[in-house]
Amino acid sequence: MNAARIRQKIAFLVLAIATLLIVIPILLTIFYIVKNGISAVTWTFITQSPRNGMKEGGIFPAIVGTIVLVIGTMLFSLPVGVLSAIYLVEYAKDNFFTRLVKLSVVNLSGIPSIIYGLFGFTLFVLLMKLGTSILAGSLTLAIMSLPVIITATKEALESVPFSFREISFSLGATKWQTIRYCVLPYAIPGILTGTVLSLSRAAGETAPILFTVAAFYLPRLPRSVFDQVMALPYHLYTISTQVPNMPMELSFATGFVLIALVFIMNLVSIILRAHYRKKKLW
Amino acid sequence: MVKQETIIKTVGLNCCYGSLCVLKDVNLEIYKNEILGIIGPANSGKTTFLRALNKLNYLNSSYSQKGDIYFSNESIKNIGENILRRKIGIIFALPQVLPVSIFDNVAYGPKVHGVTGKNTISQVVENALKKAYLWDEVKDRLNEPAVRLSGGQQQRLCIARTLAVEPDVILYDEPCSGLDPISTAKVEDAMQQLKESYTQILVTNNTKQAARVTERCVFLLMGEVIEVGETDALFTEPQDKRTDDYITGRFG
Repeated sequence: MNAARIRQKIAFLVLAIATLLIVIPILLTIFYIVKNGISAVTWTFITQSPRNGMKEGGIFPAIVGTIVLVIGTMLFSLPVGVLSAIYLVEYAKDNFFTRLVKLSVVNLSGIPSIIYGLFGFTLFVLLMKLGTSILAGSLTLAIMSLPVIITATKEALESVPFSFREISFSLGATKWQTIRYCVLPYAIPGILTGTVLSLSRAAGETAPILFTVAAFYLPRLPRSVFDQVMALPYHLYTISTQVPNMPMELSFATGFVLIALVFIMNLVSIILRAHYRKKKLW
Repeated sequence: MVKQETIIKTVGLNCCYGSLCVLKDVNLEIYKNEILGIIGPANSGKTTFLRALNKLNYLNSSYSQKGDIYFSNESIKNIGENILRRKIGIIFALPQVLPVSIFDNVAYGPKVHGVTGKNTISQVVENALKKAYLWDEVKDRLNEPAVRLSGGQQQRLCIARTLAVEPDVILYDEPCSGLDPISTAKVEDAMQQLKESYTQILVTNNTKQAARVTERCVFLLMGEVIEVGETDALFTEPQDKRTDDYITGRFG
């Protein structure tokens, strides 16, 4: 074996180890949570309200709260994100204003989530007088999700071959018809992926809901969008830090349910993507 | 020769991308129902001329244009892009099909122009495919993805797609550059058949094809019209030495 081939072997080995390093923490985290929590994940745990200072019973209100927040977040962020991305990619001229918007999108994703929490608290809870409510929390999470949805949609739109637009224009279609029939359908898989990714992040965030929606202990289901709700990440935070003598397996079980929820969302996006890829013909 | 009716006329047409001007003072008349060839070496502005006629150049944001183009005696400045492009269709160099079925490729144009009714659309698609000499080959597989067709079939599908919106003029931008000789012959046959109802402009790098298919020819060089004439005359007795050099293969 000559020197060049040995160097190549070493390079491959280093690359393989680096790749393996990505997998290890994920597997370990999941293993640890499942090992410590799975015994407490029972039907009662999933379907009952917490009892006895949250040391017994289940986490049903928190599960419902998180699902409601994810849906609320999607209702706000998906239309705004997708529509603004379409505008940026297809309509906006390359001028100072557009560059400013694009820069803002990039910077929005760099803002720490606790700042979003404070911002949401000031704007939605106090200024718009929505109170600590599902509405305020969803709006705050939606703003946090926007940059990922916009970026993913932009990339999905830009990856649609220019020739599709050219064909459509050459047949006399208007710009909107072209976007509607020759661009958007082929960008949907990418948009879906980005949306689910950002929503599953929103599902797991604590800081943005801290002051805007999350309830410490509220063992009933919300009645309107102006209600507070419990949410899984915040519940996990409170039972882990605020409740003395909390059984450890309940914390891990809550973590397990949160991870399972996010995993299911990602699974749905993978299935949808596979479904659309079968139709992809270019 | 009988005095022919002019359908498109360019007056002092200058086309530029940023500071690079690729067409200089082009004055041409295109007659109804003729097949006009545009020949010339690469980078002589052939494609830009073609795409200027239906405003497709404006998809490039650095494009600017001076002079005027008249379509049926009306300046195209006053004609909306979607109306103009419906009347002046284009076939691109490489067959470009949409990633949908054969049927939907052809039906797309009529649909965006408001044609409704399943039967009406089916009829439009069938007629267009027949005119493009593709019907017999695809009539049993209309719902198959268009990308499964061969290159020559795809190019005729593009012609059918253009015909489906009922244009007056069809522009061909080197339509056979990616095709084998048999497919090329089929596309050329289709062009000959379409002569009765359409005005056709053919940009080609292949001088032999221009000689076979066209009736009049324009020789473009570096963005300037060097010579215009009946194809037979232009190929046998070119008036300009540069035309002679090009068609006899001394350059280009």
